[in-house]
Amino acid sequence: MNRLAEKMTVIGAWVCGLALLGAVAVLLGYLVMKGAGSLDSALLFGDVRPADALLLRRQVFDGIFPAVAGTLVLVLISVSLAVPAGIAAGIYLAEYCPARTRRIFGHFYDILAATPSIVIGFFGFSVTIFLHRTLAPRLYPCLMVSALSLAFLVLPYLIRTTQMALEGIPAGLRRTAPALGATRWQNVSRVLLPRALTGIVSGTILAIGRCAEDTAVIMLTGVVASAGLPRSLWAGYEALPFYIYTVSSQYADARELANGYGAAIIVLILCTVLFSLSFLIRSRLARRAAGRALP
Amino acid sequence: MRAEWIIESLLRAAALASASVSVLIFAFMAYLGYPLVEKGQLGNLFTRPWLPDQGLYGIYPMIVGTLWIASLALLFGFPLSLGYAALIQLTTDRKNAFSRFLRKVAEIMTGIPTVVYGFVGIFLLVPFIRRWLGGGSGMCILSAALLLAVVISPTMILFFTDSFARVPREHLRAVDALGGRPAQKLLYVVLPRSLRGIGCGLVLAFGRAMGDTLIALMVAGNAVAVPGSVSDSARTLTAHIALVTAADFDSLEFRTLFACGLVLYFMTTLTVTTVGVLGRRGEARRP
Repeated sequence: MNRLAEKMTVIGAWVCGLALLGAVAVLLGYLVMKGAGSLDSALLFGDVRPADALLLRRQVFDGIFPAVAGTLVLVLISVSLAVPAGIAAGIYLAEYCPARTRRIFGHFYDILAATPSIVIGFFGFSVTIFLHRTLAPRLYPCLMVSALSLAFLVLPYLIRTTQMALEGIPAGLRRTAPALGATRWQNVSRVLLPRALTGIVSGTILAIGRCAEDTAVIMLTGVVASAGLPRSLWAGYEALPFYIYTVSSQYADARELANGYGAAIIVLILCTVLFSLSFLIRSRLARRAAGRALP
Repeated sequence: MRAEWIIESLLRAAALASASVSVLIFAFMAYLGYPLVEKGQLGNLFTRPWLPDQGLYGIYPMIVGTLWIASLALLFGFPLSLGYAALIQLTTDRKNAFSRFLRKVAEIMTGIPTVVYGFVGIFLLVPFIRRWLGGGSGMCILSAALLLAVVISPTMILFFTDSFARVPREHLRAVDALGGRPAQKLLYVVLPRSLRGIGCGLVLAFGRAMGDTLIALMVAGNAVAVPGSVSDSARTLTAHIALVTAADFDSLEFRTLFACGLVLYFMTTLTVTTVGVLGRRGEARRP
């Protein structure tokens, strides 16, 4: 009887594990099979010569170059908005704040981390409309609003990774500088932060990945289907994930559909590389910490 | 010392500002959604259908759609994820590269953008479901739930394997010393010791399934009627917000979106708090 239960467990585990693996393989395999053919310079630049497009001499209409540029700019702005705030909050949580406050703050960050991205996007959208009607009549959903909303989305990840990286530093190292007369900030900035840098970088990479893949936040806060290259912080822009979404619902011809497949492959590669890099760094760190813990 | 004080205040301000974002989101939506309460629409909101022509803006169909899709996704995703995590656990003992490969794949899966899943779903899964059901558009609860199951599974798998890994090593060695097989170790030691972690992972995954926008938006069809079966098209709360067209603050239609946002926010807070309480109690019990 027990023997049977054990057998069933093993069989069940293999069936479920392989089924899931198979499902993912089929989904991604289909994407690669259908889209590999469209991965060339026409995907990016359409009929425009790459040099002309890159030097902004001619506009690209039937390639995804504007969307790629839009995503790059968007990620750059939102990560540079979120990283300083996230690291500062993480430092405060790990090094300055009393345990009780840490728990309360932590709870708020957890809620923010779990808040659906569409809710954050809708928040950004309605605040913009609210400001448009009251204080700033010229404000519309735009690149800046998207970047700010995305910054809110990734803030909790940055805070948590910074906090964990700092808390993982062994007590011996943590007490050395203060014992020699260093102030708290000297200890944090000269000893602890350099030590925690790798962990913080892994959090930042994760944040970049999340910004690049997110569609729900930006679709309410300023992304549009055809805006050309991002021109200003206060105007609409294009982005890769949104491009994929629009193609899937309203592609005009086979060419556009092929571009959609190509864009999906590019986003897929970009995000999986970023996420695995972040995991790799973190598992390295964990192994180093485990190695230290042993006598 | 003054510089020290300034730096500490700056850091505290950053922490406070970040924490206040989640409060701010709630407060803003509650403030703008409040007129619904004032006009006595609250009861209608959660019980009535969505019929803008007749002035009815109930979000009941979207709540039902959300619950259908999220529960079904969990129903499909949970066994798959638990099995996958169990497989990782079963194969670790043989110092198998396969176990490491499985773990790596789960990690990579967390990075696959939902919009990519949705895109492939439209062109691969939806036609398949359409043929299988023998009619309709194929854009239905079933398609969305199947796809969403794949989307939420890495969250569960990583959470499960982490809680498996927290089982004290002495217990595992004891089973080895008694000559127990990997399956016995999993069934009688690892799984019973990780029940709390499995519960946390489930709650977390349910929260993620309810909060996901793109899958439901792209493959569930977005019909506003209350769904009667899994082959019906449905609209989730998230998709409903995403499909916002009116930007007229005073219209009843726009106000109801805040109600959707608040319901989602409430569910999120509930899952986070549940996981927090479960997790803390688990910590306290451990010696």
